Amino acid sequence: MLSRLLRTAFRMLLTFFVIVTLVFITTRLSGSPLDFVIGEGMSVEDRAIMIRYYELDRSLGEQYRAFLRAFFDGEFGLSFIERRPVADMVAERLWPSAQLLFSATAVTLLVAIPLGIIAAVQRKSWVGSAVMAFAFLGYAVPNFVLAVFLVLVFAFSLNWLPVVGNGTPAHFILPTITLAAAMIAAVMRFTRNAMLDVLGQDYMRTARAKGLPEDTVILKHGLRNAGITILSVVGLQVAALAASGSVVVESIFAWPGIGDLLVNAAIRRDYPVLQFGVLTVALAVLFINAAIDFAYAWVDPRLRHDGGEAGK
Amino acid sequence: MTTVTGTGKYLGVRGLWSEADLIRRVALVLSVSLVLAAIFAPILAGYEPNAQSLISRLRPPLGFEGARPGYYLGTDELGRDLLSRCLYGLSLTLMLAALGATLGLVIGGTLGVLAGVAGGRIDAVIMAAVDTQIAVPFTLVALFMLSVFGSSMPIIVVVLGVAGWEQYARILRGEGMRLMQLPFIEAARAAGASPQRIALVHVLPNVVSPVVVQFTLSLSNIILLESTLSFLGLGVQPPTATLGAMVGVGRDYMPTAPWIVLAPALLILAVTFSVQILGDWLRDRADVRLRGR
Repeated sequence: MLSRLLRTAFRMLLTFFVIVTLVFITTRLSGSPLDFVIGEGMSVEDRAIMIRYYELDRSLGEQYRAFLRAFFDGEFGLSFIERRPVADMVAERLWPSAQLLFSATAVTLLVAIPLGIIAAVQRKSWVGSAVMAFAFLGYAVPNFVLAVFLVLVFAFSLNWLPVVGNGTPAHFILPTITLAAAMIAAVMRFTRNAMLDVLGQDYMRTARAKGLPEDTVILKHGLRNAGITILSVVGLQVAALAASGSVVVESIFAWPGIGDLLVNAAIRRDYPVLQFGVLTVALAVLFINAAIDFAYAWVDPRLRHDGGEAGK
Repeated sequence: MTTVTGTGKYLGVRGLWSEADLIRRVALVLSVSLVLAAIFAPILAGYEPNAQSLISRLRPPLGFEGARPGYYLGTDELGRDLLSRCLYGLSLTLMLAALGATLGLVIGGTLGVLAGVAGGRIDAVIMAAVDTQIAVPFTLVALFMLSVFGSSMPIIVVVLGVAGWEQYARILRGEGMRLMQLPFIEAARAAGASPQRIALVHVLPNVVSPVVVQFTLSLSNIILLESTLSFLGLGVQPPTATLGAMVGVGRDYMPTAPWIVLAPALLILAVTFSVQILGDWLRDRADVRLRGR
């Protein structure tokens, strides 16, 4: 268990290091960062001073070391546009993003797992087909198209729900549905497949033969075993879907979260904010993945003891 | 339409049609007509996609009050014909997606076969890159790259190509490793074939079917990514029409002129829906385990 934890942590650190390096290389590849900081009309002498100030006259290797040192010292720089520390700007966006993410994940789990079980148990009847068709639609509809439809119907035609910001609980409804839709489709598919694998197992027949009621058989013997597979998917798929989805959803609904910040920074070419924001989200996703990996090992007794190769 | 099955058996269009259920037939007809519409966009469109006409701004589609004859789907905020823009947008979206998916196939395919055939340290490095790519949500990478390098067409194609390479790399590595165990490869090696020859002549022809399936699946992901980026204003820059950008710009006019958003949004839906169904279909055919489930 401990060696697995260490290995996961090491892999996470390595991946993060690679990402930081890629970010550095990308920004330097695109030309001198000075061209973004200062506009035109700068004299040659001033330019030389600025170049020395930002230490751009040094070799790339030294610049890279300086970049890493500043990063690990917690000096993440100022926003080009707002002239505030980027760490502050990202920090104040964390909580709204987290709120939206929690509500979307909660809705996803509440809807997707029961529907996935129904789709597996009733796979031969029209109920199962209908559920799967619904999942398919959730996969095929881009979330910004879904958002546009929802806004047209519920905000503009019916005038029931607010669209902009995160002021009241009612503001949560449309962004949550939009963000959850793709996650529901993914989790539902995997729940169904995991349940289908489990339903054919011998222990299920044994449980039925003991005379247990069907509900107990499916929920206790079936779902518990399928749950391990579902958990791993919820982690990997959902973390990625949520990160990409948040960018779009927050931008559409003017939700004051990190996704909205990132899109605006990208459009206005506010590199320090973009850099730090992307690294923060990447780190968050890595952490979630590592936590899921760990939970996966903890739930599955086969992995708990032998260091974790059995499940691979 | 290429019709490759898991066993390498080729079926005619008629054979495909007769085994398809209703949804798959709809998807097939829909995707063929969408591709035709995209190819013949210059002929079908009645107007230049960027020609403005300020007298006829924000006109609704034909059949609604205030519509102008000749503008079947109405006009947008600058008086441009919506149908023409949709057609041109569709063709650009499909072209970008096809280019991106092909680029991803070339990058990922090469690295995947290399990893599978060469093994050892090369394999470890390539798979570490794959793991890193999987760990980071690609929308973020795309945002970053487009913002740093600008949203020119070549950059967009590169971003879309990088989006899916790791899937090809994984699939082809697995297939490559599996094939390397088989006797006919060993025979080729014993006969003195070079690693390059083994990769090109013996491995590549045997991985066509999973690659076709993955190509279709990744096509729909790439279309989604492209329209999302355009929607956010980071894709192809105005006034050039892509479907995602039309939805993005039209957002501001939603309360008064919903058709500006609805027409391209429905078109995107039709594209992603039919491509996904086709991809799913091909995967079912290729995956023997799923037959009869």
